[in-house]
Amino acid sequence: MTQIAISLNQVVVAYQSQPVLWNVSADIYKGKLTALIGPNGAGKSTLIKAMLDLHPPVAGSVSFSAAGKTDAAYSEVKKAIAYVPQKSSVDWSFPTTVLDVVVMGRYGHLGWFKRPRKHDIQLAEEMLEKVGMEAFKDRQISQLSGGQRQRVFMARALAQQADIYILDEPLAGVDIKTERIIMQLLRELVLEGKTVMVVHHDLQTVEEYFDEVVFLNRQIIAAGPTEITFTEGNIEETYRKEQTVQSGVSER
Amino acid sequence: MMDQLISLLTDYTFQVVALGTGFLGLLSGVIGTYATIRGESLLGDALSHAALPGIAIGFLLIGRKEWVVLMLGAAASGLAATALIQWMSRKRVVKFDSALSLILSSFFGLGLVLLTHIQGSANANQAGLDTFIYGQASAMLIQDVQTIAGIGAVLLLVVGLFWKEFKAYTFDPVFTQTLGFSGTLLEFLLSGMMVVVIILGLESVGVILMSALVVGPSVAARQWSDRLSGVMGLSGLFGFLSGVIGTTLSSIGHQIPTGPTIVVVLSIFVMASLLFAPKRGLLMKQLEQKKRKQKYAQQLQTRKEANEYVG
Repeated sequence: MTQIAISLNQVVVAYQSQPVLWNVSADIYKGKLTALIGPNGAGKSTLIKAMLDLHPPVAGSVSFSAAGKTDAAYSEVKKAIAYVPQKSSVDWSFPTTVLDVVVMGRYGHLGWFKRPRKHDIQLAEEMLEKVGMEAFKDRQISQLSGGQRQRVFMARALAQQADIYILDEPLAGVDIKTERIIMQLLRELVLEGKTVMVVHHDLQTVEEYFDEVVFLNRQIIAAGPTEITFTEGNIEETYRKEQTVQSGVSER
Repeated sequence: MMDQLISLLTDYTFQVVALGTGFLGLLSGVIGTYATIRGESLLGDALSHAALPGIAIGFLLIGRKEWVVLMLGAAASGLAATALIQWMSRKRVVKFDSALSLILSSFFGLGLVLLTHIQGSANANQAGLDTFIYGQASAMLIQDVQTIAGIGAVLLLVVGLFWKEFKAYTFDPVFTQTLGFSGTLLEFLLSGMMVVVIILGLESVGVILMSALVVGPSVAARQWSDRLSGVMGLSGLFGFLSGVIGTTLSSIGHQIPTGPTIVVVLSIFVMASLLFAPKRGLLMKQLEQKKRKQKYAQQLQTRKEANEYVG
């Protein structure tokens, strides 16, 4: 029996009283690579923000099993959850080096005021090696290509040594080399028994890369193992139309 | 000329003003670095312009120039303006830049109206209230310098304490919050420090020019360093030098205002950095490109000659 790592229970998220996500319930399993799939505006990033308490749900709950705890709230297991935001979400002209960004992955473990130590820096260097970027460690981050930026973010998440990894479109606009490195590392993570959830856009590669899929368009369309759930019908249903929340109720 | 300079440098009043504006430049350089890095330098501009009506209202309430009350008024109206700007652009009432210029000029206009009204009144205490518009650095007293130094030391201590947190938050706020650091607290500290620095500078540099002192040093410093610590250190240095050199120049000449001179000196630092900084300077970039072009042309030429020789 596979264990549940993240449990979404009737989650409702609203922006300015307008519900964006409606009655979202799904389980994300431990030791599995799960893809979160849906068209633009389906609420994928919103769901992630809700899970990470960045934009808390107005109703429903999200619970995590990580760091030896089960059914814990996000705030209790924060340090065991690594989040990789879209690489376009930050300003890469920020004056800092590649290594420095990866060391930031250690900040959560250090807590307030404590400075990174030798151990943290060594760990960050190891993670840079894993993503094939060790030669770039002293490089100014503005000089990196899109794929390299994504790998830096990946190394930063690995430095967190978390149990659950949540990635927002890590393969968007990256070169093939980066895509292979990232997918291989994610595969290694789930083999170690960690949980990986990825917002994914490319339907072509879903079957090759992912164990589980969650189809989302304002509500859950389907969720389950890829070989059963990744069907023409479900894809059609998810991408067919601009879903409105409570479409069943509001369509009169 | 030399004698004049020496007698100036040993002049007590000069020393006080130079030190005061130097400290002010250093502080706004350091704290302003966070604002320019986050792309929020215009908010500093709005904050300082919008402080004017607060100063006037503070005066109207108590009828005399009590520094603390005037500064509280300045902070309150400055913050109210930035909150309004952010609210307007978040609710998509108008775009951010429109909201900014609208609120900035209407608050500043209100401040001018109130000040003119106060000046026309019979209250004799109002004399000198208009210095807040352009600032009056030459009137700085040793107590003012002590205030700036004291508050400045606290600010620098906060920057040192929260160094890692501020760095992570200004680079990637969302990620930093997922690490367990309170975004509300960090946001409050960062904008709080900004407000304090601007308030400190209002009396000597004025509401109009204060934003230059916040933005200028770090823009110049960014040209010379690729590290946050380097940018911030240089930014503080440029701010300090601008203060001291600006005060010196305005003291040597006759009837040269201190605040504006400081800003002019600062803009020379900025221009020089934008042009001449290695790697990032416009001039250096151009030179490098020219050299590269010549090198390629030469390579092509030698290849052509070689081909002709073979042919």
